[in-house]
Amino acid sequence: MEIAADDSLLRAQAVHIAKRQRLMDFVFKYLTQFFALTVLFALLGIIASLVFNAAPALSKFGFGFFTTIEWDIINGEFGGLIAIYGTVITSVIALLIAVPLSFGIAVFLTEICPMPLRRPLGTAIEILAAVPSIIYGMFGLFIFAPLFAKYIQPALAGTLGQIPGLGILFSGAFNGIGILCAGLILAMMILPFIASVMRDVFEIVPPVLKESAYGIGCTTWEVVKNVVLPYTKTGVIGGIMLGLGRALGETMAVTFVIGNAHKLSASLFAPGNSIASTLANEFGEAEVGAHYSSLFALGLALFVITFLVLALAKFMLMRMEKNQGVKT
Amino acid sequence: MTMNLKKAFAVAALSITTASFAPAALAADITGAGATFPYPIYAKWAEAYKARTGNGLNYQSIGSSGGIKQIKAKTVDFGATDNPVKFDDLQADGLVQFPAIIGGVVPIINVDGIKPGQIRLDGQTLADIFQGKISNWNDKRIADLNPGVKIPAGDITIVHRADGSGTTAIFTDYLAKVSADWKSAVGAGAAVKWPAASSVGGKGNEGVAANVGRVKNSIGYVEYAYAKKNNMTHVQLRNPAGQFVQPDDETFAAAAAGTDWAKIPGMGTFITNAAGAKSWPITGASFILMYKTPVNKANSAEVLKFFDFAFKEGKKMAADLDYVPMPDATTDFIRKNVWTQINTK
Repeated sequence: MEIAADDSLLRAQAVHIAKRQRLMDFVFKYLTQFFALTVLFALLGIIASLVFNAAPALSKFGFGFFTTIEWDIINGEFGGLIAIYGTVITSVIALLIAVPLSFGIAVFLTEICPMPLRRPLGTAIEILAAVPSIIYGMFGLFIFAPLFAKYIQPALAGTLGQIPGLGILFSGAFNGIGILCAGLILAMMILPFIASVMRDVFEIVPPVLKESAYGIGCTTWEVVKNVVLPYTKTGVIGGIMLGLGRALGETMAVTFVIGNAHKLSASLFAPGNSIASTLANEFGEAEVGAHYSSLFALGLALFVITFLVLALAKFMLMRMEKNQGVKT
Repeated sequence: MTMNLKKAFAVAALSITTASFAPAALAADITGAGATFPYPIYAKWAEAYKARTGNGLNYQSIGSSGGIKQIKAKTVDFGATDNPVKFDDLQADGLVQFPAIIGGVVPIINVDGIKPGQIRLDGQTLADIFQGKISNWNDKRIADLNPGVKIPAGDITIVHRADGSGTTAIFTDYLAKVSADWKSAVGAGAAVKWPAASSVGGKGNEGVAANVGRVKNSIGYVEYAYAKKNNMTHVQLRNPAGQFVQPDDETFAAAAAGTDWAKIPGMGTFITNAAGAKSWPITGASFILMYKTPVNKANSAEVLKFFDFAFKEGKKMAADLDYVPMPDATTDFIRKNVWTQINTK
């Protein structure tokens, strides 16, 4: 009898607690869902406003906007190719330099580096990733560019510039700032990103695989080439894509050193312009009309390029995770 | 740990309180935005005015085109531009315009071994350099203008403004006046298509000065105060009277002497290529734009008080920075004919 009373009391309490928990879960679910959806709505809003504002320029200049070499504010003729080219080429230069360096750093940190040095070196790379971009820009303009003009540009023109066919890439005045300088500064900025992602994925390689390779007499390079890289290749590519995503959208550092000239030149020494630097320089004063709308169209182009790169990276990272599950 | 946390919270709370009180304290401050050309003198005047009245001026030097945009958006009490707005446009937008200060645009160079004011150029040569037709410092035409000066060879890099700029408008107005080829191929305006193969853009007068300072064998153009402040190497120019002149407040004043502001609708004009043996050929005024019926009447009244103070007592400060204050006859005209159009009551 007493046991039954206790039982029903307990049950009532349990029901009470369960009700409260259900309510809390309900509220929590919709609250978090609301937070998550705001991000989605913000994204959709940004896309909509970009398309809406870019529409006048796109309807006036058509698809040719993206292939025209023209940026004439006085006569109202606009084309995006100079800025799109500048954005893409500086990012490619940055990747060409940053990827091999990051790879070397990551291999050293995971395979060769003595244990006591791993933490400090790894932390140094992470701190480098946190340096604000304007610092890189100031460093680029005030310290790097004069040195670049004085030593590196003459050296490049005297060596690579002498190769027939390649000479055009390294011609023109040695003025320090330009496409190549912007690419080098970008390389410095994305290097820590790529290096730390590579280090992280190299660390997930099961030690037993590496040890077996070492056991049959492989050198470190053979282990890296035949075991580590095949195991982590999708992750490595994902890391590179993340770095590329940052390079494409970088504004301040590039504006400082790219030269901000609306010109398309075959020479990497020549000043140019990127999408982000054009927007930073001209948005403040563009009158509503073709100029304003063309800037939005450039923004849309950057959005699409960055979106593609990041989507590709996400896709590759997803594949990496799936493959990892299969292998272990 | 707890102590530290508490301290951190106290500091955070304090900074939040200060932050939220700050706008209230600044409510009497007037706001302006635009030209970078007159920024050094406006900053100086603002400092003196604040010391006198306690009211500050928050001036953002974002470039002339930006200044016109901001006043039209009514986000500031006044806009500033060196590229004067046409009278018809002023009328259409309900704006008034008056010149506040006169200054000079000077070409600056970065060539090894050349001292400030040592190199002489004429208008046509300057235009050809900026057009890329003269692309090396050892060009014969530069040497002919500078007998006895050893100029080292070097590929010339042009430094121009990356943003829309009144300084550019004054400079290109001059180049278009002295070179028919520049006029037809490039034109004049706040932002033009720079034709030279090696040309670099900097943001604001500061940006151009910084780039010329860092890029060897470069040539750019800035308002004189920026050249002086940054110890840049300026050049002499030949004026229409055939004389080579150095940029300073005397040659700027000589150029401005022939301008009768009262006769020009909207007062907007460039003072480039002015006659007179002592005239600096690239002189210009910086203009203020205000609404006839402003949104914030109290602040607009304060703006007029500020410029009244600047006209009356800011002359010495202007001369110190090598600007030329507006002549008394012109400031009287501005007080009687322009300011009276602004409804601050």
